[in-house]
Amino acid sequence: MAGDATKTLSTDVLWGGGRSPFSISYGKMMMWFFLVSDALTFGGLLVAYGFVRHSTTDAWPIGEEVFRALPFLTGSYPLIYVALMTAILIFSSVTMVLAVEAGHRMDKGGVIKWLFLTVIGGAFFVGSQAWEWSHFIHGGGGYITTPAGEKFWVHNDTHDTHDPAHAPGFHLVKAKPGHYLIPADEHAHVEGDEALKVWNSRVDYVDGANMVRNEYGPPQYANFFFFITGFHGFHVFSGVIINLVVLIMVMQGVFHRRGHYEMVEKAGLYWHFVDLVWVFVFTFFYLL
Amino acid sequence: MERDDIIEYSLDAHHSEEEGRKIRRTIWRVTGLLAVVTAIEVTLGAYWKDWFEPTAWSAIKWTYVVLTLVKATYIVMTFMHLGDERKNIRWIILGPYVLFILYLLWIAVWESNYVHTIWETIK
Repeated sequence: MAGDATKTLSTDVLWGGGRSPFSISYGKMMMWFFLVSDALTFGGLLVAYGFVRHSTTDAWPIGEEVFRALPFLTGSYPLIYVALMTAILIFSSVTMVLAVEAGHRMDKGGVIKWLFLTVIGGAFFVGSQAWEWSHFIHGGGGYITTPAGEKFWVHNDTHDTHDPAHAPGFHLVKAKPGHYLIPADEHAHVEGDEALKVWNSRVDYVDGANMVRNEYGPPQYANFFFFITGFHGFHVFSGVIINLVVLIMVMQGVFHRRGHYEMVEKAGLYWHFVDLVWVFVFTFFYLL
Repeated sequence: MERDDIIEYSLDAHHSEEEGRKIRRTIWRVTGLLAVVTAIEVTLGAYWKDWFEPTAWSAIKWTYVVLTLVKATYIVMTFMHLGDERKNIRWIILGPYVLFILYLLWIAVWESNYVHTIWETIK
């Protein structure tokens, strides 16, 4: 497969200057240039996240303690949902590269099959991200601050955040000073009348997340979550649309008549890039 | 609607059934590798506190960074076929990017250290 400098090109495929630089087509090269600039944007975002996290003197939330829920299930599953999203994206990347490979053999049926699966995988990823955002925004019950500056987590069985103190199973868990999400000690659990007394003395109640404040950590934490995963999610969404358009064109036989499936290859480059970015977001936002 | 004004070409836009089998084998091998690396990362993220002392965090952090770079290399070189392009295009894509990001990282680490010290002082 390696591009060979000695290979002769037919003259009707050369660029305007009478050569084909790097033996790569104009479209593919420009797609690469676009991806480099887009990668710089994402690089800038992640470095900015690192800057804020490294310079802050506040406690910073830890991924495995924030992202630990699964749809339809209760209990703690640290990072499993994000891992599932990662797996979906990697597998849709695999189906994409298989579509490109089928295109190289002019196997129209193969391209349709693999590209279709890629679109499905991408749609699943966007849906998963919507659930994750919803869960992040609604939060796990929130925390209250007492006049003494102590923080208590609010829990109840129905996840009621409007009047949590009167919902069944209401109890509080004292948070470790300077840490979000970690219980203070083995006596952190407060129930019954005592919990009600603490609840009534609250000076502040933060629940869920928005751009101004959130229950997980400093405001910048949620801001970066929304911006980085949102920007990536929008890329995935665009990728799904692009793949869908290319899929329709493949089904119409446009590329077969053109004699090559390079359009699939270019859409594939973009799609793999989206997967590549997620690999970095996964590490630097969720794992570290 | 078919356009005939688009002339697109790159070397090796086609390959035979035989080559295709070989390429597919590589694709599945890389897939397995990416899945295994992700599984290791997630398991480590979820359970490292049960297995290691808190002081091991910095070593684990660097393990993540290395594993991420391994994953990125396989995605770019195999899935995006950059490994199959000519050497000069490979360098034109990767060289400036790596250079710029390293500089950005350096300046961000340097400056955030400084800002952190200031905030500690005025606290």
